[in-house]
Amino acid sequence: MDITLKIWRQKNTAIKGKFENYTLKGVSPEMSFLEMLDYLNKTLIEAGKEPVVFEHDCREGICGACGLYINGRPHGPLTHTTTCELHMREFKDGDTIVVEPWRSKAFPIIKDLSVDRSAFDKILIAGGFINIDTGAAAEANSILISKTLADKAFDAAVCIGCGACVAACQNSSAMLFVAAKVAQYAMLPQGKVEANERVLKMVDSMDDLGFGFCSNTYACEFDCPKGISVEFIAQMNREFLWAKTCKK
Amino acid sequence: MIQLDAKIPQGPLAEKWSRHKDALKLVNPANKKKLEIIVVGSGLAGASAAGALGELGYNVKVFCFQDSPRRAHSVAAQGGISAAKNYKNDGDSVYRLFLDMLKGGDYRAREANVYRAAEVSNQVIDHLTALGVPFARDYGGTLDNRSFGGVQVSRTFYAKGQTGQQCLLGAYSSLNRQVAKGTVVMYPRRDMLDLVVIGGKARGIIVRNLVTGQIERHGAHAVVLATGGYGTVFYLSTLALGSNASAAWAAYKKGAMFANPSFIQIHPTSIPVLNDYQSKLTLMSESLRNDGRVWVPLQAGDKRHPNAIPEHERDYYLERRYPAFGNLVPRDVASRAAKERCDAGFGVGETGLSVYLDFKDSIARLGKAAIEARYSNLFEMYQKITGDDPYTQPMRIYPAGHYTMGGLWVDYNLMTTIDGLFAIGESNFSDHGANRLGASSLLQCAGDGYFILPNTISDYLAGEIRTPKTNVAAPEFEKSQIETQQRIERLMNIKGSKTASSFHKRLGKILWDHCGMVRSQEGLKKGMALLDELQNEFYSDLALPGSATEVNQELEKALRVADFFEVGKLMIEDALERNESCGAHFREEYQTATGEAQRNDRDYAFVAAWQFTGSGQKPVMHKEPLVFESVELKERSYA
Amino acid sequence: MKFIGIKLSSLSHKYIVALAGAFLMMFLVVHLSTNLLMLTGDRADFDKAVEFLLTNPFIKVMEYVLFAGFIIHILLGVIVWFRNRKARPVGYLVAQSSGTSPFSKFMMHTGIIIFLFLLMHFYHFFFVKIGLVPLPPNALSESDFYSMSVYLFQQPAVSIAYIVSFIFLSFHLFHGFQSAFQTFGLHHSKYSPWVRIAGAIYAIAIGIGFSVIPIYFLFFY
Repeated sequence: MDITLKIWRQKNTAIKGKFENYTLKGVSPEMSFLEMLDYLNKTLIEAGKEPVVFEHDCREGICGACGLYINGRPHGPLTHTTTCELHMREFKDGDTIVVEPWRSKAFPIIKDLSVDRSAFDKILIAGGFINIDTGAAAEANSILISKTLADKAFDAAVCIGCGACVAACQNSSAMLFVAAKVAQYAMLPQGKVEANERVLKMVDSMDDLGFGFCSNTYACEFDCPKGISVEFIAQMNREFLWAKTCKK
Repeated sequence: MIQLDAKIPQGPLAEKWSRHKDALKLVNPANKKKLEIIVVGSGLAGASAAGALGELGYNVKVFCFQDSPRRAHSVAAQGGISAAKNYKNDGDSVYRLFLDMLKGGDYRAREANVYRAAEVSNQVIDHLTALGVPFARDYGGTLDNRSFGGVQVSRTFYAKGQTGQQCLLGAYSSLNRQVAKGTVVMYPRRDMLDLVVIGGKARGIIVRNLVTGQIERHGAHAVVLATGGYGTVFYLSTLALGSNASAAWAAYKKGAMFANPSFIQIHPTSIPVLNDYQSKLTLMSESLRNDGRVWVPLQAGDKRHPNAIPEHERDYYLERRYPAFGNLVPRDVASRAAKERCDAGFGVGETGLSVYLDFKDSIARLGKAAIEARYSNLFEMYQKITGDDPYTQPMRIYPAGHYTMGGLWVDYNLMTTIDGLFAIGESNFSDHGANRLGASSLLQCAGDGYFILPNTISDYLAGEIRTPKTNVAAPEFEKSQIETQQRIERLMNIKGSKTASSFHKRLGKILWDHCGMVRSQEGLKKGMALLDELQNEFYSDLALPGSATEVNQELEKALRVADFFEVGKLMIEDALERNESCGAHFREEYQTATGEAQRNDRDYAFVAAWQFTGSGQKPVMHKEPLVFESVELKERSYA
Repeated sequence: MKFIGIKLSSLSHKYIVALAGAFLMMFLVVHLSTNLLMLTGDRADFDKAVEFLLTNPFIKVMEYVLFAGFIIHILLGVIVWFRNRKARPVGYLVAQSSGTSPFSKFMMHTGIIIFLFLLMHFYHFFFVKIGLVPLPPNALSESDFYSMSVYLFQQPAVSIAYIVSFIFLSFHLFHGFQSAFQTFGLHHSKYSPWVRIAGAIYAIAIGIGFSVIPIYFLFFY
């Protein structure tokens, strides 16, 4: 099939970017979206032009590196799917596909479709861990955790840190990302001990990094490739309120 | 000839590690503050090592090519992590885990190292649990276990099909904790391009900043490589596209020996190649073989839809050849059997390079709901990629390059043949012999990182407390940087017409065909000739756009591909040298009458450690004899 | 982010906006129930209620709280809105086709309409009461809200303006009601769907309830 691509090109963080159009012939419906971009890049390089820079690594939906805003949706038209899992059979011959980078002040563009998501690391460095030294752990089965709770903590822990929640949110809020980590640790006995300090530090860091404020639009949940629930945001709201008002 | 000293401690197997630990030299806290350690790679091994070393008070600098440590490829491990907890009361013990790993590796691993990996396994589970890794639980609140291929006990801890992700995120959190404390500094988006050795000791690295293109120098008192495997040498593999051999290769070229490079595990159940542009083979967990039956049509070239092929025209070849184990034979056996059928013309799909994995009978027996509960995430993934529904028609699968048992040679202290250079996790060779047992890679990574390296590295660093901070202005750094820049310029100046990926793809095909699942002397020699030819073409017709002083993903690829040519050649050298079949290494000339691998313990019970002797020169092989004090070597049989 | 010299986190903003909003939602119920007394057929019922509201000291205090509630809700809402614009300096070319519900997406817009309505509403009643605006011809006193309503809503333009505003108010409440629950962490997979339904019922009831008054005076008085 033949498609037209409208792709954001930007040389670096400082230089303003613009959209470029590319017509790509002979796209196979079997290709993944990223393989289609590989194919585009091959064509560009062979024609002596600069290929499109985009992030990717595992190409099986788990590393969280890929993340393109495709036709108005993070990771494209399918729910619970990362960009690398999206295949060209979801598009039709003759389609025009608009590909944009994540847009957020907290995620500056590095080049073309690649953005700097180190703000996520910074939030986790602020408090996204349990303070335990190697060697100090008790026998694993000495902590009993109900299956329901363990499964729920897992549901929060599946975040791949791709940033689709921020990209989807009209406010560029990182609440779902932060909440998933806060909730995971707050639910588990291992992490509960320092839950109050953790949520205060992580929210503080989130605010400082320039993300917008949550207004409960739930677009994040809708576009999260791992289907993380906004229930965890509610939990973080609870944790934070408690920490701020009753425990300081 | 250099005598390789593995420094295996004396004494009974079960006491070696504790005796050794007691004898290791320590560094006092005040001195630790003065010592710097570079860790390259931030996967489960690298992140856990960096976290643990930071806790001890060392100054740690961590480098990774990804934008965040959380994306390292440990994230993709699916099945689980084994430990000898014996929570199931099924007779498990450290010794049995050790035995299973050693046997799974077809007796080509170092006994003492394997035993130690099994020994620290319980601590690993305790620690990961304490870090908040949400392992699956039973209703009573205790940790759950599942069984895994190749063993008779249930000892695998898991977090749905995302155990690797959860373990890595746990290690990443312990790393972040140290970043917050200031003991660890993270350097993401850096490719290590060279190792700097001063006075015979590893003293630093040369990296390329992938955002600015700048070549940077970083010095330390010791360097730890945790850079994973080189399975991407096949181009199509189950690995992340960025996984590469370059850091380990730079170390090899600076004098670190490379052990058993030809030992690469081929995973039997991957989604097959579907089109010519395919960039990646996605793994379908091995656990599927518990309920799926593998078959091909009885008639070669049968192009009918699988559902239209009646039962009596199907060949369930694994059940036919291996009645005792059936569909659950080990990875290498299943892979070769699939290849054998496809080579004979019975393969299915457009390419004829796949076999069916059919759940029809299990669905009929257990109901769709039961199969859904076990495998829904895998079935969804399969459907997303292929567009076919595995509930109504069989999956198509084919083997794919997966895990490299081979890697940098290390002694019992995990130190390479370069003083002060350590290798942990998949980047070393030590624990998996010729074939890795399922659910033991995460174990090795976390074990090395949290519990082994932090102990053994102090023995080396104790001798370095008087060494001042490494001066990156030293002539060795200067030379290394210039050489690195020259390498980059050489590639940039070719100005040919073909992309780095297109070379990588062809290189991968050559290796897959000639040094893949089945090898022969003739095929290997042919492969070597083809590689030489392609390498020449690479250096004369590579197309590299852009410049080296900005983000340039093509340059990153080209540098890696350049190394893969050399890695591929060493794999072939090694495969040629090993005149036996063992584990994943199957030489056509050495098989039993029934077509099974024939090991030769008399002549080949050794580790082949290769020494670099200069570009274009034939590398020299050194042997580390494998001495088995505690086990009797047996032939594997699954029939 | 600072608000009147106090550093407020993003979550604290949310709590305050939601708290003020929840208070305003309760106020709407009181306001509506009083209004509906106009429909009993005996205007004395309504007048008695007004009399009570104007003289009860607790209500007098609450009036200030109410004003504060409005101001805080509006002010913080606007501050957050601007901050959120800044969080995405360059927008997307293709408008989001994602899961943002139209109710939550246009909170600022419906909010502005409600604010404009509020000004009109003040002009019609509150400013008359405090003497800033002259009495309509049929009103007996500054607190004769019944006559004022009769006078106003018999003008179709005014009635239509009120009804349209109530529709937007419903939109605003549609999101606001369940959003307040979420903000205070009251989310549960089992109960939240019911909260959403309750919110929808509340929003529609408020919209229809208030709209009944102008319709009554326009067509049935």
